[in-house]
Amino acid sequence: MKRKKAICCLFAGLVFSGLLAGCGSKNSENTLTVLNYGKYLDPDAIEMFEEETGITVELEEYITPENMYTKYRAGAIDYDLICTSDYMIEKLIQEGEVLELDYSNIPLSENLDSTYFDFSKSFDPENKYSIPYFFGTVGILYHKDMVDESKVNSWKILWDKEYSGQIIMADSVRDSFMVALKILGYSLNTTDDEQLKEAQDLLLEQKPLVYSYLVDEAQDEMISENAAMAVVYSGEAGYALEFNDKLAFSVPEEGSNMWIDSWFIPKSAKQKENAEKFLNFLCREDVSMMNFDYVYYATPNQKTKNSLDADLQENTTIFPPTETLNNCEVLKPLDDKATMKLNLLWKEIKAAD
Amino acid sequence: MVKKSAERIYLAFIFLFLYLPIGVLIVLSFNNSKTRVQWGGFTLKWYKNLFSSGSIMEAFGTTLFISLASALFATLLGTLAALGIDAMKKRNQAVMIGATNIPLLNADIVTGLSMMLLFVRFTRLGMSTVLIAHITFNIPYVILNVLPKLKQSSRTTYEAALDLGATPLYAFFKIIWPQIRPGVFSGFLMAMTMSLDDFSVTYFTKGAGIHTLSTMIYTEMRKGIRLEMYALSTILFLLALVLLLFMNFGPSARREEA
Amino acid sequence: MRNVKRQLLAGPYLLWMAGFILLPVVMILYYAFTTTSGHFTLLNISSIFASIHLKSLFLSLKLAVICTGVCLALSYPLAMILNNMKEKSQGFIVFIFILPMWMNFMLRILAWKLLLSNNGVINTILEGLGLPVLDVLNTPAAVVFCMVYDFLPFMILPIYNAMSRIQQDIIEAAGDLGAGSVTIFFKIIVPLTMPGVVSGIIMVFVPALTSFAISDLLGGGKVLLIGNVIEQAFMQEYNWNLGSGLSLVLMIFVIASMALMSSKGEEGGAGVW
Repeated sequence: MKRKKAICCLFAGLVFSGLLAGCGSKNSENTLTVLNYGKYLDPDAIEMFEEETGITVELEEYITPENMYTKYRAGAIDYDLICTSDYMIEKLIQEGEVLELDYSNIPLSENLDSTYFDFSKSFDPENKYSIPYFFGTVGILYHKDMVDESKVNSWKILWDKEYSGQIIMADSVRDSFMVALKILGYSLNTTDDEQLKEAQDLLLEQKPLVYSYLVDEAQDEMISENAAMAVVYSGEAGYALEFNDKLAFSVPEEGSNMWIDSWFIPKSAKQKENAEKFLNFLCREDVSMMNFDYVYYATPNQKTKNSLDADLQENTTIFPPTETLNNCEVLKPLDDKATMKLNLLWKEIKAAD
Repeated sequence: MVKKSAERIYLAFIFLFLYLPIGVLIVLSFNNSKTRVQWGGFTLKWYKNLFSSGSIMEAFGTTLFISLASALFATLLGTLAALGIDAMKKRNQAVMIGATNIPLLNADIVTGLSMMLLFVRFTRLGMSTVLIAHITFNIPYVILNVLPKLKQSSRTTYEAALDLGATPLYAFFKIIWPQIRPGVFSGFLMAMTMSLDDFSVTYFTKGAGIHTLSTMIYTEMRKGIRLEMYALSTILFLLALVLLLFMNFGPSARREEA
Repeated sequence: MRNVKRQLLAGPYLLWMAGFILLPVVMILYYAFTTTSGHFTLLNISSIFASIHLKSLFLSLKLAVICTGVCLALSYPLAMILNNMKEKSQGFIVFIFILPMWMNFMLRILAWKLLLSNNGVINTILEGLGLPVLDVLNTPAAVVFCMVYDFLPFMILPIYNAMSRIQQDIIEAAGDLGAGSVTIFFKIIVPLTMPGVVSGIIMVFVPALTSFAISDLLGGGKVLLIGNVIEQAFMQEYNWNLGSGLSLVLMIFVIASMALMSSKGEEGGAGVW
């Protein structure tokens, strides 16, 4: 009896410690831990990279920039390379969490159009920290037969009672407030209590008309004609247009948000060299093409763009024209107090009847 | 007669309710269109693509590994615990059973989050953290399945065996084990099913690059799920169907009932 | 004659519980009672009284109660029908209700989304029949519907289990003594299936109360349950203290209501199979 007990305890102890020891022992290997939006990188490209370099890529995915911030800050995983949106990168730069890139290790970054490095300066003033990956705007994806096309040049159509129950709003704090703030003529980076309250009132007024608050699923809903219009990223719209030719996309005249998703190396990086190798790999023309085909967002890679079919290059939904971009603002990070306030205002909207 | 047919209709209604979405998924797995919302004709290409898609097969492997390993370990730990609890005094038993119920009562999300808080504090997230979490929420299912069988088992036979000179281990395997085996087995199956179907706990405790089918679907949901996923689910479902049918009507089922 | 040595077999489990159930709860307690800078506070707990949090808690409660009620109402007659059927293989019945779980629950919910959407299959059929179309997607009704779908097996199995254990002799004896079928139902069947009902209620009510994925998928972002608030606090707002505070409240809430519930049922009645 005693022996059996001892064996049991020993066994349990062994397995227990084995499990614990298993944690966190991976860093010494030749790996690269990447954090990216969901489905934002062609898995075949990753396999190609692994074959070419012998580096094992661990890909972790997230849904919103805020989600990414939590994952990074939790510190439970040491990420080597992260892709996220402009304002979140700026926030992390301000917090001193981003490492400078060594461009001599990323020679292929020359493939990228310098225009987008200029745009990036709004959050990374000296282009020291980040490399653009995809970009776009936010606008209204609508069904041509269900919507009066003369009205889609304004965000106000989203408040039109005629379309009650047929409107899909963005399920993201910053994007939804962007729409309301633009109608009111304010900056989308305002932290002014009054202005934010006004925007909230507007969004509360809109809620009864809203069919649903969605992020990327909006494209599927629009393709299957479950709603008349949706606030979406330009890339989603480009994808949806391929499947339903009754759909069209418009960036309203009040202006919109221009976003750039970029790569950066965080302070937690244990494999900076591998991260830069991967960045260089991503800038390569064939790889960038694979990712463009997979994600279908506007790529800043000039070489890739030039090798596309002419009509795709001129597709203004996927590649927003410069005058549209000039009418757009880039999101800025808000301080903690303003972020909490905005979160609360948004929660109140979501919880409203 | 009217009652009989009303019963039939009611049964049919419930079955439709339970299996309709599964039917939809199976149909969609043959859909020749890149988006799930349009029907583009019949195809088998998602099944072909499936086996060359490294990431899905890997997630599938991980899911199987986690559910098997955690169910096995939970069964071992849980069965031992049930044996121990069964030997306790009535009052201690009640306390133990109460404590065992806590993880069952706890919301998935709280279980997952509290573990995440613990792991984040003391270690790095990885495969082992997911395993630990799954074992933890699986153990109660095993205990609650084994304990009733132990209570039904006759203690006197076991004691008689000991009196006649059998070693405890021998007596256990000859007398107690056959009686609790169905409980252990259903506990294992239940644990495995729960682990297979879990999303919340995995979501909060997994490390980078680790995907189970659930978490993979969740991150893909926003951008549209790959149709290979539907193909895999269909295969998995049909496998389970065949397996469980065999277990119920196959030769071993007779033995189990005896 | 209690075998002290045999009790020790529970040792590894006790250790495991201490490490992975107790300790995580301690972590929740720690975060719940501190601010981001580590000072003591009660604000995270008291924030449950903030109007939006209360509102989502009440909505969650409402949906969970409806869901549990519907599941019970569907399951009880079903269990009786199943119990009266010739096919007595209990394994087979269990298998029918467990089988759907082998297809990922999120995919199944997505399938419902397809079925229920404005231009979905169900509406197309209704329209074809000249009936009014459904407009349930993105409403609490859709969330409840899928909760019922997802949790129904957890109600059916324990009730069926309890019912199949009732010995036919007792019912026949009651009949011989002159009890009508109504009396038999209320005096014998209902009391004897009570433990099954109680564990069914527990196993449906708890996940329904705390679910966040279903409302996330089918609520269209318009249904904010307490589970969503907690998930958002943790994953979106990076406010683990608030999230822990609310989790703690939810935990106490659930355990208290379940203790109340199970005191009415038999001890350890959570046998699902």
